[in-house]
Amino acid sequence: MTEPELAPATPATVPELVARLTDGEWHRLHPATPLLKGGFALIVVLGWVVSNLRERLIGLFVPRFDDQGDPVDYIVQHGIILQALLIVTGLLLVLIAGFYVSWRMHTFRITSEVVEVRSGILFRTNRKARLDRIQGINIVRPFVSRLFGAARLEISQAGHDANVHLSYLNSAAADDLRREILRRASGTLAAERAAAAPVGSVLDRRVSELFAPELDPDAAPPESVVRINLGRLVGSIVLGTGTLFAILLIAGVITWVSITGRLIVLVFILPSLLGFGSYYVRRFTKSLRYTIAGTPDGIRIGFGLLSTSNETLPPGRIHSVEVSQPLLWRLAGWWQIRVNRASHTSSRGAANQANTTILPVGNLSEVARVLELMLPGVIGPQTSSFIENGTISRGEDGFTNSPRRAAALRPLSWRRNGFAVIPGLLVLRKGAIWRRLIIVPQPRLQSVGLQQGPILRLLRLASIHLHTVSGPITAELGAVDRDAALAFFTEVAEVAVRAGQSDTSHRWRSGELPA
Amino acid sequence: MDRLELPGVTWRGVSPKLVWVELVSGAVFLLVVLAIAVVTLLLGIWWVAVPLGVIAVISVINLALTGRRVRSIGYQLRDDDLLFRRGIMWQRFVAVPYGRMQLVDINRGPIARGLGLSELKFVTAAAAAGVTIPGLPENEAEELRDHLVSVAESRRAGL
Repeated sequence: MTEPELAPATPATVPELVARLTDGEWHRLHPATPLLKGGFALIVVLGWVVSNLRERLIGLFVPRFDDQGDPVDYIVQHGIILQALLIVTGLLLVLIAGFYVSWRMHTFRITSEVVEVRSGILFRTNRKARLDRIQGINIVRPFVSRLFGAARLEISQAGHDANVHLSYLNSAAADDLRREILRRASGTLAAERAAAAPVGSVLDRRVSELFAPELDPDAAPPESVVRINLGRLVGSIVLGTGTLFAILLIAGVITWVSITGRLIVLVFILPSLLGFGSYYVRRFTKSLRYTIAGTPDGIRIGFGLLSTSNETLPPGRIHSVEVSQPLLWRLAGWWQIRVNRASHTSSRGAANQANTTILPVGNLSEVARVLELMLPGVIGPQTSSFIENGTISRGEDGFTNSPRRAAALRPLSWRRNGFAVIPGLLVLRKGAIWRRLIIVPQPRLQSVGLQQGPILRLLRLASIHLHTVSGPITAELGAVDRDAALAFFTEVAEVAVRAGQSDTSHRWRSGELPA
Repeated sequence: MDRLELPGVTWRGVSPKLVWVELVSGAVFLLVVLAIAVVTLLLGIWWVAVPLGVIAVISVINLALTGRRVRSIGYQLRDDDLLFRRGIMWQRFVAVPYGRMQLVDINRGPIARGLGLSELKFVTAAAAAGVTIPGLPENEAEELRDHLVSVAESRRAGL
């Protein structure tokens, strides 16, 4: 817990505070944590209870109190002011002590391999997460905690609620700490250790950090590649799918009222109108000040006005990507991008949106820029035509489309319903009304499936399925020509094996070090 | 009709004894349907007879096709991946690289255990894959499991 002896010699690249936090020893969280975690609320509740129930509380201890007036008068008259104060102070002390002890017991440490958290007073928990399995690191700054200069660090791991929460940390240190964790996870440190002389003392580590390459690539934060201005944000929300339902609902209500002449239905409609209102407000505040930028350790997505959230997704953590267009957005040419990720959080914090939406709204050129960030190295000039064709085009343009006989099942979209295998990616496009483009990076493909039911068999068609981790996207394509589907299945089965074996993205920078 | 067939694949079938497992469980299901039918008819709820009748007809057809359905289940251990197929009306093929394995389950139901059969389930990070090979003789299932674990270890891939 003590400051290492070499602190003054810390290289400028790793701030002193972060270097201390990541020295592999146990550390405590931000001192304001107990207050931010609900201490405020409890104190307020206690105050409310005391002020409301003071008569009963006092009556409990002094039964003859009922026929008296103001309890304060009673206390003063009977000279028991000391006892009353003692009781209240005792309660407060117990609470504060509880929070203090839980803060004392909540410690974490970050080594070169794992991050480990111990917490709990009576029920102890200990969670240890491997750094090379990190799926993303999120820094959340709720409004209140920003006043204290504190931030919450969430390290996502694959699986349900398998995240490691460090709440709360010093806000200024959180960004540097994240960069340091990602640097360790990326494999550079492991490679250094193998190459360098025996490491163990703090001095050696500091020195190796000093000579490690490109340590501060994002010392100057990279520019966001997309800017969502207010008009577009409002427009995208107003033209969203929710509005379709709202219009349908209102139309239904108007018809109902004009036919029956009864206004009672309005009573039932009101709650749903409120629901729509809050939905719009939430969508709006979630997407305010949205930024997306590329860093050497993955893409960084931030949003939020009062409560901010800022997440870094290392390379190779995106299991499938969907570019889609709600019906009304076609008027403006807007698209949204969602992804499947291996980590799932059931709990959503203050500004924690469903963390699968990568781009809430953007035009095609912005979609292309974001895709380039998300799939670096595979989306280049030669593949960008696939993205453009995949989103808006149809017909013969590099995709293997459904045959004409598929029109029985896909009357509008059969010319568009197709797939393509391009280096590094598997691409499916579908939908003429709700247009969609699904991209699965080949190294992330878990398995491939081929199915055929009786109707598809009559038409000599089949459906293909690309299995990835679960999420909002299901990568499947129906009504594909039977022979094309068989060829696709055979090819993708081979591709999946090859891509899976040559993939090193769990240590995404391990290959780029000079030995 | 031209069913889906992959070229150059020699399928390994499962034990024909699986037919009995399927027949018994199908018969039990039919009995349950019949019991519900009797009870509801005694109570005078006539409309229930229609859905129950449909269910009964479908399961009888299913029972009649049990033999073919069991013969349709097949798998092949290729160099780097496991190929699996099943279904006659609804055909389904899956190819899973060994390196994607997260775990292997072996389950034994009461009837299958009586006949010495096991069910092997190959679990990956994708829930949709659903590679479950029923009707393997117990020793074969265990050999297959050990084989899968060892090849998965040598070809391990990340998520």
